[in-house]
Amino acid sequence: MDAVFIIVSALKVFGFTFLVILPLVAYSTYAERRVCAIIQDRVGPNRVGLPATLLGFKKDLKFFGLVQPLADGLKGLFKEDLTPAHVRKAFYWMAPAFTAAPAFITLCVIPFGSAVTLFGHEIQMVIADIGVGPLFIFAIASLSVYGITLAGWASNSKYPFLGGVRSCAQMISYEISLGLSLIPILLFFGKLNLTDIVTHQATNGWLLLPLWNENGTVIHEGYWQSSGYQWLLLLPMGISFFVFTTSIFAETNRMPFDLPECETELVGGYHTEYSSMKFALFFMGEYAAMIVGSALIVTIFFGGWSLGFGLDTALLQTGDGDWKWYAGFIHLGAFLGKTIAFILFFIWVRWTVPRFRYDQLMKLGWVVFFELALFNIFLAALIIAAPHIGILNTLLFGFPSLTIIAALMFFITKANEEKRRIKIT
Amino acid sequence: MAIVKVKRPKLSWHEHLYLPAILKGLGITLKHAIAALRGKAPGAEELASSGLGVTMQYPEQKWDARLPEYYRGVPALVTDEQGRERCVSCQLCEFICPPKAITILPGELQSDNPWSKVEKAPREFEINMIRCIYCGMCEEVCPEQAIFLRQDYAMTGGTRDEMVNTKGRLYKIGGMREGLVNKWNKLK
Repeated sequence: MDAVFIIVSALKVFGFTFLVILPLVAYSTYAERRVCAIIQDRVGPNRVGLPATLLGFKKDLKFFGLVQPLADGLKGLFKEDLTPAHVRKAFYWMAPAFTAAPAFITLCVIPFGSAVTLFGHEIQMVIADIGVGPLFIFAIASLSVYGITLAGWASNSKYPFLGGVRSCAQMISYEISLGLSLIPILLFFGKLNLTDIVTHQATNGWLLLPLWNENGTVIHEGYWQSSGYQWLLLLPMGISFFVFTTSIFAETNRMPFDLPECETELVGGYHTEYSSMKFALFFMGEYAAMIVGSALIVTIFFGGWSLGFGLDTALLQTGDGDWKWYAGFIHLGAFLGKTIAFILFFIWVRWTVPRFRYDQLMKLGWVVFFELALFNIFLAALIIAAPHIGILNTLLFGFPSLTIIAALMFFITKANEEKRRIKIT
Repeated sequence: MAIVKVKRPKLSWHEHLYLPAILKGLGITLKHAIAALRGKAPGAEELASSGLGVTMQYPEQKWDARLPEYYRGVPALVTDEQGRERCVSCQLCEFICPPKAITILPGELQSDNPWSKVEKAPREFEINMIRCIYCGMCEEVCPEQAIFLRQDYAMTGGTRDEMVNTKGRLYKIGGMREGLVNKWNKLK
C-alpha cells in the first residue's frame, strides 16, 4: 500500500463522484424536465441562466436554462428544513443519507474507462478493481431499501408508511430476477470482475452487438467460429437484457414501477414528510441509482467503455497490445455517452408507460420475470454446453429436459393464477 | 340507476404480452418529441407559439397582434376628435366600479375654454390598477364614452404608487377615439 496508490484512489473517488456523477445527477433532473416537456409538447425550464445584468451587462445569459439544477440545489439548501413534531427523529434524519449513500458507493466498482498513463504510472479508470463487481453492486444497492423503508416508518404517518412498505416489497421481489437474469451473462464470461468483462467485450465484441467480431460472438471456441449457431446466444442474452433492464426500472423506483411515491394513492409516498435538502437527497439518491443502473446495463450488455466496431484496437492500442496513454479519457467519454443514452431511455420510458397496479407489479415480478430468468439460465447453459456434449446429446437429453423445465415454469405460472369467477347478479 | 354490466374485454395474445403496446407508446412519444424539436408541435402554427411545444415564450413572443377587438385590458380615458376630454366627471364609473378602483375629483373647465359654460371635466381621475378587476363596467356605464378598456395588459410597477394610473397617464394610454357619442346618436 504505497502513497501513490492512496493519493490516486482519493483523487479517483473525488473526481468520479464530484466531477462526473454529481453533475450527471444534476443534469439528469434537468434532462428529465426538458425531455418530458418536449414529449408532452411543452417547453420546460429554459430560463434560468447567469444574471449578467446584475454585473452591468446588457442581457442575461440563458444557456437554454442549463443553470436550473444549480438554482434547484440552492433552493433546496435555503428552504426551511421542517421536521414535523411526530416523527422519530434519529431515523428521520438518517433515512435520506441511507438512500443517497448506497447509490454513490456502488459507483466504485464500475469501470469508467480503460487506463491512462500519467507520470509513468498506469492508472485504472475504476475506483476499486475488485473481483466480485456485480455482487458488490447488488449487495450495496439493496441497502438503499433501508433508506426508503426507514423514511416511511420514521415519518410516523400513514401514507409514507405505506410507501415504505411498498418499496420494501418491490425491491426484494425484483432483486431476485435482477440477480437471476445476470447469471447467464456470468456463464458466458466466467468471471465477475467488471473490468475484465468490459476488456473482454472490447476485444471480442459487445454482448448484444457482436457484429464486427470475426467470431461472431463473445465466446471464442472452435465450434462457434464455423457455423451460424453463435446467433443462438443472442436469445438468452436478449432475455437477460430485457429482464435485467426492467428489474432495474423496478429497483430504482422509476416510472412504470414507481409505486412507493404514487401521488394518486399515497400523497407523496415515503417522502411526504420531508422538506428542503432532505427531500433533495431522496431525489439525488433516486437519480444516482438510475445512473448506476444505466451504467451497469452499459457495462454488461453494451461493452462498457469500449468504442466498439474494432476501433479500440485500431486507434487506441500500441503495437504490443497496451493502451495508449490517453486511451482512458476517450473511453471515459464513450462510457458517459452510452450511459447518458440509457438515462434518456429511462426518461423516455417514464413519460410513456403509465404506472402499474400494485398486484400487477408483484405478479410481473414473481410470476413472469422470476420464471423467465430461471428458464433463461437453463437455456443459456444448454446453448453453451452444446458444443461440448455434442449435437446428439443436445437433441436427446438437452432439449427434452429444457422442455420439461419450461413446462414446469409454465405450470407454476398458471397455478398461481387464481380462477377469476365473478358473478354479477 | 340501472346496473350496467361491463364485459371484461377478451385480449388477444399480443395484447396479453403487453410489449407491443409499450413499443407503440414509445413510438408515439418519440414522434411528439421529434416534431417538437423540429418546431412542428401540434398546434404550434395556429397558436403562434415557439414551436417547441405549444407554449408561447412570453416576453419574446406576444399575442398582441391576435388580441380580439373586445379584449378587456387596462381601462383608460380618451379624448374626442378635437382633443377635448370626453369625461364630464359624472362619477357614474366611480359609483359602479365593483372593487372601488376609480377615484374622481370633479372640477370645472378653465374659464377661457369656450365650453366652460356647458361641460365639466375631472380635476383628478385615478384608477388604482392593484384594485382593478378589468370587468369593464366603467366602459359600459359611461354616458360620454370617455373610458375604454384598451388592449394593454402588461401593467407593472415597483411600488403601489406606480400602480395608480393618474389622469395624465390615463389619457396617454387612451389616446384619441373617433366616432359619435352614443348618447346623442340615434343608433343607440
